[in-house]
Amino acid sequence: MTRNLIIGATLSSLVLLAALVSFVWTPFDHAAMNIPAKLQTPNLIHWLGTDHFGRDIFSMIMVGARTSIAVALVAVGIGISIGVPLGLTAAARNGGWLDELIMRGNDLVFAFPSLVIAILITAIFGAGAINAIIAIGIFNIPVFARISRGAALSLWQREFIMAARVAGKGTARISAEHILPNIANLLIVQGTIQFSLGILAEAGLSYVGLGAQPPTPSWGRMLADAQTMVSFAPHLALIPGSAIIVTVLGLNLMGDGLRDYLDPKLRVART
Amino acid sequence: MSFKSLVLAASSALALAAGAASAKDSIIVAMQLEPPHLDPTSAAAGAIDSVLYSNVFEGLTRFMGDGAVVPGLAASWEISDDGLTYTFSLHSGVTFHDGTTMDAEDVKFSLDRARAEDSTNAQKALFAGIIDVSVVNPQTVKVTLSEPNGNFLFNMAWGDAVIVAPESIDDIKTNPIGTGAFKFANWVQGDKIELARNDSYWGTPAVLSSANFKFISDPTAAFAAMMAEDIDAFISFPAPENIPQFEADPRFQVLVGSTEGETILSTNNMQPPFDDVRVRKAVAHAINRQAIVDGAMFGYGTPIGSHFAPHNPAYVDLTANSAYDPEKAKSLLAEAGMAEGFSTTLHLPPPSYARRGGEIIAAQLAEVGIKAEIINVEWAQWLETVFRGKDFGLTIVSHTEPMDIGIYARPEYYFQYDNKGFQELMTGLNATTDPGKRIEMMQEAQKIIADDYVNGYLFQLAQLSVAKAGVQGLWTNAPTQATDLTSVSWAE
Repeated sequence: MTRNLIIGATLSSLVLLAALVSFVWTPFDHAAMNIPAKLQTPNLIHWLGTDHFGRDIFSMIMVGARTSIAVALVAVGIGISIGVPLGLTAAARNGGWLDELIMRGNDLVFAFPSLVIAILITAIFGAGAINAIIAIGIFNIPVFARISRGAALSLWQREFIMAARVAGKGTARISAEHILPNIANLLIVQGTIQFSLGILAEAGLSYVGLGAQPPTPSWGRMLADAQTMVSFAPHLALIPGSAIIVTVLGLNLMGDGLRDYLDPKLRVART
Repeated sequence: MSFKSLVLAASSALALAAGAASAKDSIIVAMQLEPPHLDPTSAAAGAIDSVLYSNVFEGLTRFMGDGAVVPGLAASWEISDDGLTYTFSLHSGVTFHDGTTMDAEDVKFSLDRARAEDSTNAQKALFAGIIDVSVVNPQTVKVTLSEPNGNFLFNMAWGDAVIVAPESIDDIKTNPIGTGAFKFANWVQGDKIELARNDSYWGTPAVLSSANFKFISDPTAAFAAMMAEDIDAFISFPAPENIPQFEADPRFQVLVGSTEGETILSTNNMQPPFDDVRVRKAVAHAINRQAIVDGAMFGYGTPIGSHFAPHNPAYVDLTANSAYDPEKAKSLLAEAGMAEGFSTTLHLPPPSYARRGGEIIAAQLAEVGIKAEIINVEWAQWLETVFRGKDFGLTIVSHTEPMDIGIYARPEYYFQYDNKGFQELMTGLNATTDPGKRIEMMQEAQKIIADDYVNGYLFQLAQLSVAKAGVQGLWTNAPTQATDLTSVSWAE
């Protein structure tokens, strides 16, 4: 276990824990407004203070973690479940028209700036968490398609794949039974990175008002709401900002650590 | 056109250069919304009047900063005994910025154009009572009404009733030619509009030699621009939370006034369950106005109980009629067969009174079991879906037109309130000229719509403007959408 992995896993599980606990308990109702108690700085009753509506920021951060994780998780899920089969198919048909079709399609999606398309999608179908998930998910597809194709291509040259072929297995079965398990490490590492990017993207979309709609708390929208109040209530922006930093840092460190830990070459070096 | 604009550009460049050399005789005024075009007589966009009213365009009468209606291009007028004929005597020697004279023909042209069948005037109702406009002589124009209208002189002061010239009407949207103390110089779309002093102005000339209007829509950017002193004044500052900081800063002054903006929770009176008055009453009692004023506007704004401005002499305080009482709201809902509550939509346009106020209202409605789904929309979308499409349950908007209770007499208006009694009262009001009687009728009107709980009445929008300490002569209140710079100057 590397130090990165430990720090990253700790930070990430902290956020995950906050999100899970928020289902059963938060210090206050995250949506309950108490206007006379607005803009309090962190204190014993409101651990992280209150926002401009007098809502408890700690509770909002906890429930906001839920929003972030849910959006990023489903978006990465979309990316993996569509991107990986595409990549494996492309690799299996290396050089064929299907490979070309899939990879050029990927290039097409890659060519568009993701946030612009996300804004387009939400403009057409309306702002909201579901559409944010779809928008972020679409941009995860080519990432996973490429990485699985690249890794699968080199595997297809290996002897044990040849052996499977000689044994009469079809390409689909080989992809599922031999290729996929061997690129799983890569996918987990990439998934962690994409997860952190997904959290950033959700925060970005919410910041411009296209993500989760009120009253569902979202870190990005908390930041946007705090914008004009930074000069006299900096904690309104610092707290959700720190939450985003901690989560993204944690996931990136964890991704790094996992890569080192799961990389067969490095594993050989360690032993 | 191109030669004219060249000359204009050159003169404005000279004016700017001169402004930079000498002491302060120019001003940079910022506001949130940029006008879509520059013809105040063919669009509802208030931003057009905010830039051009009284600066570039003038009407027969005009609003002063305190809301009074005073003579404008008309020096005086006579009203016939039956109240049907208004004979206006125009100021002599008035010229448009292109050098053509302003006379009775231009008045006839402007009024006929506004009331024409194919007119695109946003406030055609202002001209509806006119049956004839005739030129008596170049300085005298006679307007005949179909029935007496106690509001006629008030109507003629609106930005939609300004006098334009047939010679320059074709290019008015990009090159507005008026009679005002400032003339239009240049428009850099997306950035600014430049005005220059009209040196051949018929009245008291402007003190400032030039004025620039900048458009800054983002509240954070507005705060930064003001703090950096990039702009001299911000009219209708969009972030009330920042006002205390400006007040504490000796470099700035804050003008806190009132607008004609009744901020209301507009309710679709035709959409079930809001077609049931008990449901609308329940909504009204579920709303805590003070919480909205404090939470969304940081305390700026006066709670209202009907669609009427508190600074108007005919105002009646009806806030008690819909006092905050969630228990009563719940029992009203139960009475209407909605004990379980219901779901509806809440469309919110961009201003913070709507976005923040909407979050608070959604939370308050949730307390009594009404689930209002917040849908944030841009203005274009709001006009399309809510205002024209009438496809909404609830929305929050500030009605900034002065004395606009008459919109409740229009069943086709977007909140679709249809009450014959009220419509007759409004017809009667228009035909009444006796001030005492008018006040009585206006109070009656306020009560009817308050008792029918047509909309949720929230608060009168405050006018918050920030200016550098040396700026004097800006309007504190906003009796109409205008930024009258004609008497603005810098303190020595």
